[in-house]
Amino acid sequence: MKNSKVLIYDGSFNGFLTTVFKAFDEQIQVADIQKNSAAQRGLFSETETVFTQMDKAKRVWNGIQKKSNSAIKNVYFAFLSETKGIELLLYRYIRNMFSTTDMLHLNFSDDTVLKISQLVKSVGREKHRMEAFVRFQLTQDNVYFANIEPDFDVLPLISKHFRSRYADQQWLIYDVKRKYGLFYDLNSVEIVSLDLKEIHTNSIRKSNAFTSEEYNYQDLWNNYFKSTNIKSRINMKLHTQHVPKRYWKYMSEKKEAV
Amino acid sequence: MSFERIKEKLNILADAAKYDVSCSSSGSKRTNTNKGLGDSSGMGICHSYTEDGRCVSLLKILLTNHCIFDCAYCVTRKSNDIKRAAFKIQEVVDLTINFYRRNYIEGLFLSSGIFKNPDFTMERLVAVAKKLRIEENFNGYIHLKSIPGASDELMREAGLWADRLSVNIEVPTISGLKLLAPDKKHEDFTKPMLKVKNEIIQYKEEKKVLKSTPKYAPAGQSTQMIIGATGESDKDIMYSANHYYTNYNMKRVYYSGYVPVAEDSRLPAIGSQVPMLRENRLYQTDWLLRFYGFSINEILNDKHPNLDIDVDPKLSWALRNLNHFPVDINAADKRMLARVPGLGMYSVSKILKARKFRKLNWEHLKKIGVALNRAKYFIICDSHQWEKRDLQAYQIKSLILQNSQGKFRKNYSGQLSLFN
Repeated sequence: MKNSKVLIYDGSFNGFLTTVFKAFDEQIQVADIQKNSAAQRGLFSETETVFTQMDKAKRVWNGIQKKSNSAIKNVYFAFLSETKGIELLLYRYIRNMFSTTDMLHLNFSDDTVLKISQLVKSVGREKHRMEAFVRFQLTQDNVYFANIEPDFDVLPLISKHFRSRYADQQWLIYDVKRKYGLFYDLNSVEIVSLDLKEIHTNSIRKSNAFTSEEYNYQDLWNNYFKSTNIKSRINMKLHTQHVPKRYWKYMSEKKEAV
Repeated sequence: MSFERIKEKLNILADAAKYDVSCSSSGSKRTNTNKGLGDSSGMGICHSYTEDGRCVSLLKILLTNHCIFDCAYCVTRKSNDIKRAAFKIQEVVDLTINFYRRNYIEGLFLSSGIFKNPDFTMERLVAVAKKLRIEENFNGYIHLKSIPGASDELMREAGLWADRLSVNIEVPTISGLKLLAPDKKHEDFTKPMLKVKNEIIQYKEEKKVLKSTPKYAPAGQSTQMIIGATGESDKDIMYSANHYYTNYNMKRVYYSGYVPVAEDSRLPAIGSQVPMLRENRLYQTDWLLRFYGFSINEILNDKHPNLDIDVDPKLSWALRNLNHFPVDINAADKRMLARVPGLGMYSVSKILKARKFRKLNWEHLKKIGVALNRAKYFIICDSHQWEKRDLQAYQIKSLILQNSQGKFRKNYSGQLSLFN
């Protein structure tokens, strides 16, 4: 029997797909797949570093997509969950999928499939929340700016949504946790990294980075938020269930509650 | 513009509009093709939730709360002594655009008190929508209220700019309407509904021939009923809802527990509890009718004119019809699976897919997410263990109630609370 190997990749999705390709191609007994930023050597297995190759990644992507569109979505979403051990779980998922002609990714009685589908659901929920909870603030240089701090790395997933919605305004959404953002310059969306001096939560304290009109509109919105509440139906439990507290600091209507 | 003045108006006119329940922003197909602002082609988004747990998806305001009518249930009725205000058309447009650009809302829900006459009011509502679409190149969601009694021509134009139109019938029975809103006639409500329904049908026909036919109310129409204001039974409400679903092709009927807003001998007193649990049961019934393949007379009929308060309507139906159970999870068709208490449509779909690979047992069902505490009395699966006792309906019910918790339980429990 061949020795099992720990494969190390650069942490990108394409890097992961290249790793999957290599494992299939060289029929490697995979002990684990790890990011190079968090690699740990196994005691009884060798390690090998995999270099990202777009053409190989593309072949794996196409191969999965040919099997099923929902499967490729599952793989990508689950990968973005950044859960510990997700790489090995996905590797198993992909391997099972290619091992038979059956649509194994629909087998909800299988633990791997079920676990993946739960992760996909969580990431999908976070994506949807970000589409809802992003609060743009208008800066002096006419860019609509928002800071976010999502649980999962959902920025790549929400790009299209904001692009098609705000086609006629410049906007920038910056993930303060992962330190990168998306900037739309009226033509295309680019990935940017900034040297932010401060994190622009929606605090009561005003910053001169934003226009004064901006604060007027925040004020109007907060007022609207209060007057649309029906006091005789108050249900704070339901409220926090829908808008968990960890998002509050970035939402202007909740700034007084933070 | 003066923000202070706008703020005051916004407070008054948002406060008056909040009793409209509808906040959906889905179902439209308006894509952003012209590099304009907004897109409402995807699913609806709730951008925030108020402290009462309701979704905030649209900027929901009245154009004005001046009203010539005196409907007892309504907070803006003529005889109520409250502050009155009115927005200018441009003010509504500016608010909508600026809120939308900051990702606060999905669009606008514009309603109004009726000033002068219905047509005069409807004209103003249409003007706002038109301005947003043409001058601001706005592709977000617009929900306009159809003013009862508005002319057919205005209703036609409204549908060209709006995504959804709605008339609230408010009172489910005609006799109730006579009592609470003596100035309004039942036909005033149904006439615009009928017009919109016919326009939508016509649009769909024309669209088949000419692809560029301008959209007409792509998200359909909806209506709303007040619950618990006139002593109507659940059967009255749901048969009425069913009537609007089938005869007017409603996308949604909303149920709104009556919040007492005025002292009136015809209505529940101020301070009486909002019937939230009843509202919940009605929505559950609504879902059973629309997604689970139930027909109305199975759930509500002369023998059972009201829904059970302590258990949900599906469980209640199952307990009355034990002869259909137990259902075999590995063999039953979709229709029957959907009727098992504790199985939602997501679980049903997962079960249907998973059972092609193997026979499912309790362990699988639990992981799929079936509410076994209710389902276990009604199903058999790939296991030798199932409910073998010959339990009567009342026994099953009490077992389920004993082994579960309900968020509304304290409202109807006969047991006095020790700490309160």
